Amino acid sequence: MAEAAAASPPIEYNMDVVKKFIIASIFWAIVAFLVGVYIAAELTWPWLNPGSWLNFGRLRPVHTSAAIFAFGGSALLGTSFFVVQRTCRARLFGGKALADFVFWGYQFFIVMAALSYVMGYSQSREYAEPEWHIDLWLTIVWVAYLVVFLGTIMKRQEEHIYVANWFYLAFIVTVAMLHIGNNIALPISLFSAKSYSVYAGVQDAIVQWWYGHNAVGFFLTAGFLGMMYYFIPKAANRPVYSYRLSVVHFWTLIFLYIWAGPHHLHWTALPDWTQTLGMAFSIMLWMPSWGGMINGIMTLSGAWDKLRTDPGLRFSVTAVGFYGMSTFEGPVMSIRQVNALSHYTDWTIGHVHSGALGWVAFITFGAIYYIVPVLWNRKALYSTRLASWHFWIATLGIVLYIVSMWVAGIMQGLMWRAYDQYGFLQYSFVESVVAVHPYYVVRLLGGLFFLSGALIMVYNLIQTVRSPTTELPREPLISTRPAVAVAVPVAGE
Amino acid sequence: MTFRNEFFEKNAIFLLIGTLITVAIGGIIEVLPVFTIETTVEHVEGMRPYTPLELRGRDIYIREGCYLCHSQQIRALRDEVERYGHYSIAAESMYDHPFQWGSKRIGPDLARVGGKYSNDWQYAHLKNPEEMVPESLMPRYAFLQETPLQIFDIADRMKTMRDIGVPYTDEDIANAQVDLLAQANPNADQTKLLARYPKAVTVSGNGEPTEMDALVAYLQMMGTLVNFADTNTERLRQ
Repeated sequence: MAEAAAASPPIEYNMDVVKKFIIASIFWAIVAFLVGVYIAAELTWPWLNPGSWLNFGRLRPVHTSAAIFAFGGSALLGTSFFVVQRTCRARLFGGKALADFVFWGYQFFIVMAALSYVMGYSQSREYAEPEWHIDLWLTIVWVAYLVVFLGTIMKRQEEHIYVANWFYLAFIVTVAMLHIGNNIALPISLFSAKSYSVYAGVQDAIVQWWYGHNAVGFFLTAGFLGMMYYFIPKAANRPVYSYRLSVVHFWTLIFLYIWAGPHHLHWTALPDWTQTLGMAFSIMLWMPSWGGMINGIMTLSGAWDKLRTDPGLRFSVTAVGFYGMSTFEGPVMSIRQVNALSHYTDWTIGHVHSGALGWVAFITFGAIYYIVPVLWNRKALYSTRLASWHFWIATLGIVLYIVSMWVAGIMQGLMWRAYDQYGFLQYSFVESVVAVHPYYVVRLLGGLFFLSGALIMVYNLIQTVRSPTTELPREPLISTRPAVAVAVPVAGE
Repeated sequence: MTFRNEFFEKNAIFLLIGTLITVAIGGIIEVLPVFTIETTVEHVEGMRPYTPLELRGRDIYIREGCYLCHSQQIRALRDEVERYGHYSIAAESMYDHPFQWGSKRIGPDLARVGGKYSNDWQYAHLKNPEEMVPESLMPRYAFLQETPLQIFDIADRMKTMRDIGVPYTDEDIANAQVDLLAQANPNADQTKLLARYPKAVTVSGNGEPTEMDALVAYLQMMGTLVNFADTNTERLRQ
């Protein structure tokens, strides 16, 4: 292996499939945010529900699937193919055809899933709504993805597997396990899209939330941590803060996350022992989460000045900050007594979005701002200023979103449990609906901000690729980061 | 013995297997016992499989994504019990493939909505929620009343349910269409339907069942089956 590395000609990486995934990811981001804004408006002004296909109940899974699987998923698959080739110094295993199959197969899955929801096919399993035939298709695509990724690692020219790849690999295998375990269903006939889950009632609930929470843990966390472990060190031009912390972070995170599911089922018909176990592990999960956050943020040691000049890196680091905040909020909400107040309310929606917008979307934006100039051989982004605008508009959007949902959620929780002086329940349910209306307007505004920011990004990226001002002067370099940041002296040292 | 990450870090297959074992442990210890511990689902009187019409109503409930705004799980908390009724027990969803507990209350919990309102109220409310509750955020579902209910595959649906553990008898399946039509028509003879499915609520259809008839039949039975007078907290212990 070592001698091959020394003598080998430059490897021709498959960057074509990475480009496709990045374009898809950006496209789906806009779709996800747009649908999100629309359903937020439906909740604010119910007359916006047109009466069947586009009612809230059918559109909401379109929003969640577009955000998680289409936007997040395309970004994960694309960046994982980028990272695994670069860090293994090997071209993607399986050739161009297999990589293209993974891309087109995955996009086909997304389109089929979205269409099926609006047409009225759903398993009603949150974040696993697609029916059995679409699930089978995804399984095939996912196995192909695993083959490409693992095959590339196995033919690597580096002795060690880089830490980002551990996280990507854990994301791939665990999502496979969860997807298969959660979607076992019997179709009513081979020619019908309709199926019934083989599990029932309380068992179905625990399986679904074993899946559901780990869709968060492995799809939305482990995968994006892989992104963090590659793109932050690259953009900051510093090594990962602590190797030892990465090892501890990896094994404890994947071990503990799987247990946390029952905190979605506190005070329900799920047996108490399961709830207690889920709560205990959710609280423990705080530690590896913050270990990872520290490892990501401290990687900037000695390079903090780059936050001023590199808006992409600013996105990545803010993402890790939001990651730390949501992974603190999560364990708090998993405590049974807190959950008694927060569950079923908009607080949960706020929590999800501080993770989805603050962590997942921001770490992805950071990676996209880094990767697009590299992939298209540009010397820099078209406009750092526009990227900065994107950053601040999106951040403001998140703040509006999560603050309005905190207020709405805590208010709902308090109103539902309020008693009057005679010992009767003080509010009817519908009074809590009326009370949160203003906060739904603010939430909608937050969503609009976030969408606008993303549209600015799309313009900026199109200009980056098309504008002559960003073209590299001579032969394409291996690293095409703007050189400005390097020249800035480290203040105070 | 010291832990050396190099073992995993230099061998992709070890890393893969090590990861798989690490993530499998939690599920094995925490999820599997919920299937095997016998007291997880309480033994109570009154639970029965869904009538054919209720089953179709439930399919529509799932199709429209009702679970995204309505929970079906009353938690064991004082205010919830006072607002919605006896806290939900595991036995009440023992035939729910898949479960519909939900995770969000944009609207109120529906676990015990059965019988709380009249059939007429349910029809009017589904058609135009704001007519019954002016502040409501709920979308209109008038189209359900214009959509004829697809019933040709009702026996397939019940057979599939039986294959995964719902105790429908041969007789239940043979009479699926008859029972379905009887429940959707107030002028039909309900005797056999009620013998097979106690507490089934006849809806106000005109004999040609619509999707709304099915949904109302489902709503009207929710949470009405278990006889709570006949049980106590000691017997409900899991």
